[in-house]
Amino acid sequence: MEKLTRVSTISGRTMFCHLDAPANAISVCRDATQVVVAGRNIFKIYGLEEDGFVERLNLRVGRKPSLNFSCADVMWHQMEENLLATAATNGAVVMWNLARPCRNKQEQLFTEHKRTVNKVCFHPTEVNMLLSGSQDGFMKCFDLRKKESVSTFSGQSESVRDVQFSIKDYFTFAASFENGNVQLWDIRRPDRYERMFTAHTGPVFCCDWHPEDRGWLATGGRDKMVKVWDMSTSRVKEIYCVQTIASVARVKWRPERRYHLATCSMMVDHNIYVWDVRRPFIPFATFEEHKDVTTGIVWRHQHDPYYLLSGSKDSTLYQHMFKDASRPVDRANPEGLCFGLFGDLAFAAKESLMSAPPSVGDVGRKTYPGGDRRYPIFFFKKPDVTEQFEQVSSALSVFESEAGSSVGMDWFINTAQSYLLSGKPFGELCEHNAQVAKRLNRPQESTTWTMLRIMFSEPANPSLSSNHNLNKSGNLPLVNSFSMKEMSAALSERNKENRQDNLHSLETNLNNNDENEETEGSEGQAEYLFGDAELDDDDLYSMEHDNQAAEEPEYLLPQEAFPLRHEIIDHPSAPEPVQERPESPHVSGSETESTCLTSTESFSLISVSQLLFSPHLPPKFFCPIVKEMLCYYAEQGDVQMAVSVLIVLGDRIRKEIDELTQEHWYMSYIDLLQRFELWNVSNEVIKLSTCGAIMCLNQTSTTLHINCSNCKRPMSNKGWICDRCHQCASVCAVCHHVVKGLFVWCQGCSHGGHLEHVMEWLKHSKHCPAGCGHLCEYT
Amino acid sequence: MNGTADICNHCRNMIREKEKGMKMSRHISTGPSSFIPENEIIGAMPLNDSTVMFLDEEFSGRMDNLTQVMGLHPHYLQAFLRCHYYLLRMDGPLPLHYRHYIAIMAAARHQCSTLVCQHVQEFEQIGVCSDWLRGLEFCPQRLRNLNEINKILAHRPWLITKQHIQALVKTGEHSWSLAELVHAVVLLAHFHALASFVFGSGVNPDPEVTEVNGVTDDICPPAMAGLCTCHLTNSNQGNRNPLRNPDTGSELEALMERMKRLLEEREDDDASEEEMFTRFEKEKKESLLVVSAGFDEEVVPPSPVARFVDDPSFGYQDFARHGEDNPPTFKAQDYTWEDHGFSLVNRLYSDIGHLLDDKFRTACDLTYYNMASHEGVDTSMLRRALFNYVHCMYGIRYDDYDYGEVNQLLERNLKVYIKTVTCYPERTTRRMYESYWHQFRHSEKVHVNLLLMEARMQAELLYALRAITHYMT
Repeated sequence: MEKLTRVSTISGRTMFCHLDAPANAISVCRDATQVVVAGRNIFKIYGLEEDGFVERLNLRVGRKPSLNFSCADVMWHQMEENLLATAATNGAVVMWNLARPCRNKQEQLFTEHKRTVNKVCFHPTEVNMLLSGSQDGFMKCFDLRKKESVSTFSGQSESVRDVQFSIKDYFTFAASFENGNVQLWDIRRPDRYERMFTAHTGPVFCCDWHPEDRGWLATGGRDKMVKVWDMSTSRVKEIYCVQTIASVARVKWRPERRYHLATCSMMVDHNIYVWDVRRPFIPFATFEEHKDVTTGIVWRHQHDPYYLLSGSKDSTLYQHMFKDASRPVDRANPEGLCFGLFGDLAFAAKESLMSAPPSVGDVGRKTYPGGDRRYPIFFFKKPDVTEQFEQVSSALSVFESEAGSSVGMDWFINTAQSYLLSGKPFGELCEHNAQVAKRLNRPQESTTWTMLRIMFSEPANPSLSSNHNLNKSGNLPLVNSFSMKEMSAALSERNKENRQDNLHSLETNLNNNDENEETEGSEGQAEYLFGDAELDDDDLYSMEHDNQAAEEPEYLLPQEAFPLRHEIIDHPSAPEPVQERPESPHVSGSETESTCLTSTESFSLISVSQLLFSPHLPPKFFCPIVKEMLCYYAEQGDVQMAVSVLIVLGDRIRKEIDELTQEHWYMSYIDLLQRFELWNVSNEVIKLSTCGAIMCLNQTSTTLHINCSNCKRPMSNKGWICDRCHQCASVCAVCHHVVKGLFVWCQGCSHGGHLEHVMEWLKHSKHCPAGCGHLCEYT
Repeated sequence: MNGTADICNHCRNMIREKEKGMKMSRHISTGPSSFIPENEIIGAMPLNDSTVMFLDEEFSGRMDNLTQVMGLHPHYLQAFLRCHYYLLRMDGPLPLHYRHYIAIMAAARHQCSTLVCQHVQEFEQIGVCSDWLRGLEFCPQRLRNLNEINKILAHRPWLITKQHIQALVKTGEHSWSLAELVHAVVLLAHFHALASFVFGSGVNPDPEVTEVNGVTDDICPPAMAGLCTCHLTNSNQGNRNPLRNPDTGSELEALMERMKRLLEEREDDDASEEEMFTRFEKEKKESLLVVSAGFDEEVVPPSPVARFVDDPSFGYQDFARHGEDNPPTFKAQDYTWEDHGFSLVNRLYSDIGHLLDDKFRTACDLTYYNMASHEGVDTSMLRRALFNYVHCMYGIRYDDYDYGEVNQLLERNLKVYIKTVTCYPERTTRRMYESYWHQFRHSEKVHVNLLLMEARMQAELLYALRAITHYMT
């Protein structure tokens, strides 16, 4: 029978009209020809014509409009077309009868609620029953024939935000509350609710019964979710959940579409969304007309899914045609692509696309050998007639990165760990870092470091000291040449024709040293050795008699021994990246490089045996170029380089680059480091940074909670004495005195003590000093 | 009433003379508060473990005076501390030293040297940009730009508009992101309100804080508790109260009686709309007359705190002034904390919404069902009257509240106190604190203060967030 009443006469288009004031709620009469708009300063009835809204009646009459006109909600009676009810912000529930002959259509006034009434609701089939829910926590049921309420329901909790009669169950209504609960009541039993469950965290602003499915209730809350609950079973079950982007103010099921519902939000987001609850990630349709938050939505006719009316704070009333809605799905990108932490690449796309023959020259496809590297996952869905979505099955492919391939981030980790940022003179830092970059096969970075050293380091010193060293040490020339070969390894590949003869003689000497470098060069003690190496020359020689002899020269010499010759080799090769990689978008960067190169090169050519650059070119001269270079690296995504150079150059460059950019680089680099769990490096970077904002990163979360070892209560006040049991909590297991400074303890047996005592102890003994038998380890 | 002012000025001058000559004793009175006897506070703190844990973590075990006073209401204290430390220490859009600096700026608006000193110290501990502490002109332009909304929010929040927000957010060198701005606004409101509490409860400055060397020392001269120094004369040890009337015993009964009557009347009170409206207007207008005596002419002596204040002459002005175009009343139902404020603030600065929500809720719902010596009393009516009266002074109107209740429940002395504490807390005196509700316990008066503080904070936030919302749409 219901189907028969379906009106075919509804027609119209997307249209709107201006209201005089913001709307709080709207409601339509049963035959879908009129709509009532209510708000704090508006209460009007509009007729829905073919080509626009026509104002029919202004209910806000009287010389001085009372607060009873200030409506929070309005509802048009669905059985009796002359009756309207409004909920007023002052706590009144007002009945209006359009059939009254005078101008004032107010029929009845119920002032039983003490606080704002948030919602009124007529019974869908019972003509004289009206329900209201208020901020004071009460719901009241009114009989329109009587002057006062027939029953009062106490939610026993905070404000009622919405009340809705069930469409299918005559006696049931649902109420949603500010504390996140939803209660189900039987209209005959005002003493206690039938059911209660927590639907949301924070207020539940709205709820709506499904027009056909008995027991389905949709709720929307401040937690930005729309949930659909199934009440037909003994336990209330959440069957669907849609996550929106703002708190949900209203929710309305779409007529004739079992899984569709419309929502609008309370704040920030002005759009109206229609969701298919089975597809919760992307709205089925969106209406984007409003310019301020939408406060009321209603489907124009209860059996017509194509017309939606909405009122808004921007003082407009809209009729939306479904065919004019925008469909986010159409604009969504159906392919997904994501990098994994270890350089793996996952790619999902439509089956049809994936099975197409790989096109020639497509890099991605080449690394797609099929077989064991591919993990296809197919999604099959049961075809559903009501579903209006295209059937799509997607395939997911995962491309694993080959070890050491360019996709992986090994270079990043290695570089981060090996770069030296402080603790040595500027020139040595640059030299070291250049070596590191070279070793990782990154010639451009390596060259950059070398250039920086040349540009900024103090002249004269290197050449002098190198000579000094060469004279003293017997085996040095060997190593010297070795490092030269190292430096030029990458270069020599490219310009063998002109360099090779120079190197031949050296390379022959190198074989024995090469082995040393292979085996020992990768030890993580570089820093330690550097420290020693700087002591003085005598120390070096005594060390050289040890087995580690080879290591030292390797680290020591580059800084001193070879600059002279190195320059000659390095310079011509440096511009090569430009020539070799014409496809790379390096224009600006390579330009800077080449400019600086030519300038320095000319000097070095003149004064090969003397200084590397002339003293009348101050380091400041290079600053703009270096700045440009840093920006270039950062742009390229190699923020590591930018930050490292920034730190190493320190004051030389800092003032050239504005604080915010620096901060940005630091933040990105630190973030990257932390993702790769390089905590030590990231901490070093934080410590070395000069930005205030970065330095105080180290100040956050520095608290360590400890419990007293005696009474197991949290320690307060001081670290070594417990306020509660007055025992000294941290006693050194070695000397049995209280530890007031650095306290080190074993994570296995939790005994410990003074740092130096424990270190001392564990040199001699493997067992815990407390005698617990644990094999402690100090690393 | 003019007498009070004279005494105060007199005292102040006297103290100033003294300070020049000799070293004063550091404290005006012992204990956490100069209004409340020490023994009322100590030992009245059945804190639960999690609060203790929290205190340990954040204060390294030391409880400052503010916490001790607030500790009279441990349940609230917990909500407060969680919010407080989330704002200052946890993840947020603003760097740590910015937060403390904003706190200093906010507290300085009310010349609350207690809070200023505390955060100057914290700022120093962070160890960056310490030259900012030399005054506003040494901090970045970006922070200085906050001055405008700082002073508006502190004294006349209803004047804040979307233009103010626009000026701060518009792209440029010193612009603020919305998230940062929301963080800053919450901090400002929080510390304005906290200043109200500090003055309202007479919280003494912390000895540890004032004893810091260097910069702090000259910011916090020993006797500057920010309190009117005539308290010196009536130390809280002697519980002799010269103001106490012999017949105040009936006062409490009268209040209880009025509450009962209101409750009954409510059922059959059919006040018309006009009536309700006039009641609100009347209350609003009357709040004008409630002026704490004679301070208006007085020029606040330039305190060292002044270096953090820009435009010190900008002060509170009544929302509803005679014969002028008043700004439109803020209709509470149109922009509520629960619906709108929360969503906005939580969107831009995640989780703070929940913490603030929890704090507001705890403050509003806190009750021990006690009134002075009476037990089992429903005080919700009284609490709501206090809360709404503060909002009324800020021009926020609830459609569903009958402002006639305020008149019945809040006596004049209390109104004077409320107005002073919320609008110009720096003028609060011990006399005001003692002049209302003679039989009530100190903890109940602190409870009143908590309500005032939260109401004030919410009012400021509502105005600020509404402006931000307007800016965004």
